[in-house]
Amino acid sequence: MIRRLDASLLILLVAFPILWLLPSGLKSYGLYVVSLWLVMSIAAMGLNLTLGYAGLTSLAQGAFLGIGAYATAILTTKAGWPLPAAFLASSALSFAVGVLLGFPALRVKHHYLAFVTLAFTVVVFLVARNEQWLTGGVFGIANIPRPVLFGSDLGAALPFYRLLLCVTLVLALAMWWLLKSPWGRAFLALRENAVRAASLGVDIRAYTLLAFAIGSAYGGAAGSLYAPLVEFIDPAPFALSASFVLLLTVVAGGAGSFFGPFVGAFFSYMLPELLRATGGWYLIIYAAVVLLIVMISPTGLLGLIERWRDHRSQAKAAAARAAAAPTLGAASGETDSLGKGATQ
Amino acid sequence: MTHVLEVSSLKKYFGGVKAVDGVSFTVEEGEILGLIGPNGCGKSTLFNCILGQLTPTEGEVKLDGRVVTGLYPAQLNRLGVSRTFQLLQVFPNLSVRENLILAGQEHKGSMIGRLFGARDAGLTAEADRMIAFFKLEHLADQKAGGLSYGQQKLLDAAMAFMAGPRLVLLDEPAGGVNLTMLANLKERLQIINRELGATFVVIEHNMDFVMSLCSRVVVMAEGKILAEGPPSAIRNDPAVIEAYLGH
Repeated sequence: MIRRLDASLLILLVAFPILWLLPSGLKSYGLYVVSLWLVMSIAAMGLNLTLGYAGLTSLAQGAFLGIGAYATAILTTKAGWPLPAAFLASSALSFAVGVLLGFPALRVKHHYLAFVTLAFTVVVFLVARNEQWLTGGVFGIANIPRPVLFGSDLGAALPFYRLLLCVTLVLALAMWWLLKSPWGRAFLALRENAVRAASLGVDIRAYTLLAFAIGSAYGGAAGSLYAPLVEFIDPAPFALSASFVLLLTVVAGGAGSFFGPFVGAFFSYMLPELLRATGGWYLIIYAAVVLLIVMISPTGLLGLIERWRDHRSQAKAAAARAAAAPTLGAASGETDSLGKGATQ
Repeated sequence: MTHVLEVSSLKKYFGGVKAVDGVSFTVEEGEILGLIGPNGCGKSTLFNCILGQLTPTEGEVKLDGRVVTGLYPAQLNRLGVSRTFQLLQVFPNLSVRENLILAGQEHKGSMIGRLFGARDAGLTAEADRMIAFFKLEHLADQKAGGLSYGQQKLLDAAMAFMAGPRLVLLDEPAGGVNLTMLANLKERLQIINRELGATFVVIEHNMDFVMSLCSRVVVMAEGKILAEGPPSAIRNDPAVIEAYLGH
């Protein structure tokens, strides 16, 4: 586990300069698509923590995307806040709402929890559509400004993409840090066996609420970047289907694997754009690909790699066991003490 | 004198079923107490009531003289009570070492401190010592789910000892474990009891295991305590023999 996450860090740091330079030849539409991929990867990273690591089924990530997007749109257009401040406020708001939504998760699990979060998503959508005084209703909020940071205008497609890339890197590093810490271990324990975890002193309540809140904060952060990316928001992109697509993104990419969200977001948000050339067929091809992934590997695309790695390490251990078998019996007697005296 | 554990008139009813029906007993510092009785006599329910997994219908549980009835399992664990389960309860997708680190980490510092502190909560050395003690060295980096049943049982027990508990409740530690591993397990328990002064309560059906490990045995039948005493007396108690063999 530890070693695998260290490899993740390496991949992150290698991928960053490549992703920095690679899209420089793209036109503005192409840049929009890769930018959307980054934004949705952030949202999926959050859901991957809640669902993939902590095992809490949520159909609310699209709603948090909406909360972040609307909060940022309102703060930047109506209150005149700069984007960085609106970004922090949107993430904090989503964190707080995530804590509240976490409370039902203390009582219900699995598909029941999916229903509760589904209801929440519908409520958020209805608020966005009906509370015109705040959200503009179906007319939405237009002219969401792109940021000016340290005197340089990041409004053009390429600089804004690079800003998104930097934010994505920072958030991915923060996630990596979190997952490698004892918290990451506790989240996994929550997913695998909550009763046993509690008997080992893991505070189930606190970690459940945190898993929801941190995952939601990533959703809100993504929404806060989505608003200036598209520059105009209305309720439609935050309807229930958005939460389903995000869930699919995490599952198809590999729930509980660090790069699963990035791979999944490629399938959910970039592949459809690449397939547009096929005319009316693109949705069918996209659906078939996703179906195939889930059928071949229920643990997602990156789950395939994981399975292959497990298989290899077990084969290696079996070989080591076979080699060590004759000496194991003779080795007893040396470890017949906990050795407290020697080490303390 | 205060007892490590004191259970007074504990009752747990499930509707009309009196699973535990007025049980009182004490456990003394450093003792290994056996808890035996026929299947369905309420032993595991009693454990779950003591450990906060179930809320007792009536009665009281005291730890070092302090009432702990109604505390959450995690709170009790942080007060130094730990347990093993009748059915295997390891974390299959974590390595053996990670399982043990997890078992100790919540006792190290505050939650915020753990987020920013050492990745292993400073427990790798302690985990490896526990791995060596239970003779699982060759499996340290293996996923726990890939271990044999007996090895997982050993890991399960090792996890219960990671945080240096005062009181450990073991629910059928010997169930399904082969004879070699059973001898190993018994020896490990005796060493921990002697070296760390940990107090044990052991539920077990394997009579040889109970009688040779425990200094005192409590026998339950139909939710009540039937007999209590040293193994030699329990072995020959007609009431106990009848409860086991039937009327």
